[in-house]
Amino acid sequence: MTSKGKTIPVLTIVTVIVVIWYVCVVWMNAQFVYDQAERAKVEPPAFSQLVVTTMSQDRPVLPAPHQVGQELWKTTVGKKITSKRSLVYHAWITLSATLLGFIIGTALGIALAVGIVHNRAMDKSVMPWVITSQTIPILAIAPMIIVVLNAVGISGLLPKALISTYLSFFPIVVGMVKGLRSPDAAQLDLMHTYHASAAQTFWKLRWPSSMPYLFTSLKIAVAISLVGAIVGELPTGAVAGLGARMLAGSYYGQTIQIWSALFMAAALAALLVMCVGLAQSFVLRRMGEKPA
Amino acid sequence: MTVVSASNLSLTFETNDGPVHALKDVDLSVEQGDFVSFIGPSGCGKTTFLRVIADLEQPTGGSISVNGMTPQEARMKRAYGYVFQAASLLPWRTIEKNIAVPLEIMGLSKSDQRVRIDRVLGLVDLANFGKKYPWQLSGGMQQRASIARALAFDADLLLMDEPFGALDEIVRDHLNEQLLELWARTNKTICFVTHSIPEAVYLSTKIVVMSPRPGRVTDVIESTLPKERPLEIRESTEFLKIAHRVREGLRAGHSYDE
Ligand SMILES: Nc1ncnc2c1ncn2[C@@H]1O[C@H](COP(=O)(O)OP(=O)(O)OP(=O)(O)O)[C@@H](O)[C@H]1O
Ligand SMILES: [Mg+2]
Repeated sequence: MTSKGKTIPVLTIVTVIVVIWYVCVVWMNAQFVYDQAERAKVEPPAFSQLVVTTMSQDRPVLPAPHQVGQELWKTTVGKKITSKRSLVYHAWITLSATLLGFIIGTALGIALAVGIVHNRAMDKSVMPWVITSQTIPILAIAPMIIVVLNAVGISGLLPKALISTYLSFFPIVVGMVKGLRSPDAAQLDLMHTYHASAAQTFWKLRWPSSMPYLFTSLKIAVAISLVGAIVGELPTGAVAGLGARMLAGSYYGQTIQIWSALFMAAALAALLVMCVGLAQSFVLRRMGEKPA
Repeated sequence: MTVVSASNLSLTFETNDGPVHALKDVDLSVEQGDFVSFIGPSGCGKTTFLRVIADLEQPTGGSISVNGMTPQEARMKRAYGYVFQAASLLPWRTIEKNIAVPLEIMGLSKSDQRVRIDRVLGLVDLANFGKKYPWQLSGGMQQRASIARALAFDADLLLMDEPFGALDEIVRDHLNEQLLELWARTNKTICFVTHSIPEAVYLSTKIVVMSPRPGRVTDVIESTLPKERPLEIRESTEFLKIAHRVREGLRAGHSYDE
């Protein structure tokens, strides 16, 4: 579908979501208005008045879309990006940890997959551990990683990045093992008849075959890296980053701040996945993929 | 010179449902310059025999030599080119890059590769299609490209497993003619698996009739057709006589089976 053909459906969905959101805002914030009226011993406001009040509270249960929008505008365009109050600044902190963790995770994932595909012992022994690693909740692991690394004198970007790595290497391993094994028997037999070495078979057959799998995994990995970086900021009392913003917001009941950080994170995730998607179409196009 | 010589060759696959005798006591020799067709019902071990020659399968009994060596030594010396039923071209490489794969692995220089690629593309009539990707070619052209790839090796022995099985009759006729011409020109030895009696008779100097369970050779027919073979030869009495004998051989194998 062309981007033109997508615009109307996308806009329709967005409109529906915004409408539902506003309805929820009135519904969820009304209680607070009623409670206040009761405390002040006055009549609860009429419905039209109620709607207005629910949408302009300082610390609403659910902030209205325009409140979040204003906050986002104020903290991105309205602040110098070096300012501690700039959301761009916080997003950059989280993004740098995300990218570092993503790169390490990708390298680790590919290395493990190559080992698993080429070595019987690794095939038997590594995969169960890889799977086990993902059954442990990241929230339990994250503080330990940070504390342990701090104890050996590593702090700052790397510990957070390693939490991203911990999450992101998994889809890469799984995807790449599948991808490197995707050449069919005839293609592998052909390489055998050429008396190709394992390295030649890898570079000429397995690696190119795995590209579609790699990019699918990369999309998952980059999004999950972002989650990892945010989670890495939560339990550690980090002072900067989107996770820190969310945590601070929740301490002080600043729901608008939480929501704007949330939206920033979502936008970041979308951007990252989009970048991987662009890289994917570039690489696959260069590999002579049949245009859809 | 004898290119392939098998004696008492057996191969039993151990499967979960018990042993499968894919080949049993096969004696056969293929001489330099022969065009040998293997024909027989499904499961009689044609593919298995080719794969044993190619060192893709290990025999469990008897002996086999390729160019006087073990199949493994022959494979390491790149003594043969193998053409599978499916073209198995790499989709991310152009046709000429696909043909280059074995040449790169052999470590040929770029200019040597170029020379060979141009020569084999010409041999299979694809000279103008080197820069195309496989998906831009028809099935028959892809199969020709895979033959070109096997030829690029410049091995004297060509192993072909139902290379034209998936193609329509007309394309197949055309490719058969081309293959014969190529064989006459290059004096290669060809082992060719097929299910088609006319194809086997038209192409071969020697037809090996096989039968299944256990897979063995039931008849070896030396063709009396001349080396020069226009397509019309398929209506000659000589041709029909050989075809008849092949059919009889196949039938005998079947009745044995039931
Ligand atoms: N890797 C394998 N493991 C177990 N059994 C096998 C294997 N390969 C082949 N067989 C069996 O060996 C027998 C011979 O198979 P083969 O593929 O050589 O037959 P074929 O003559 O080429 O048949 P077709 O004409 O259908 O291609 C069959 O019964 C098949 O099931
Ligand atoms: Mg077969």
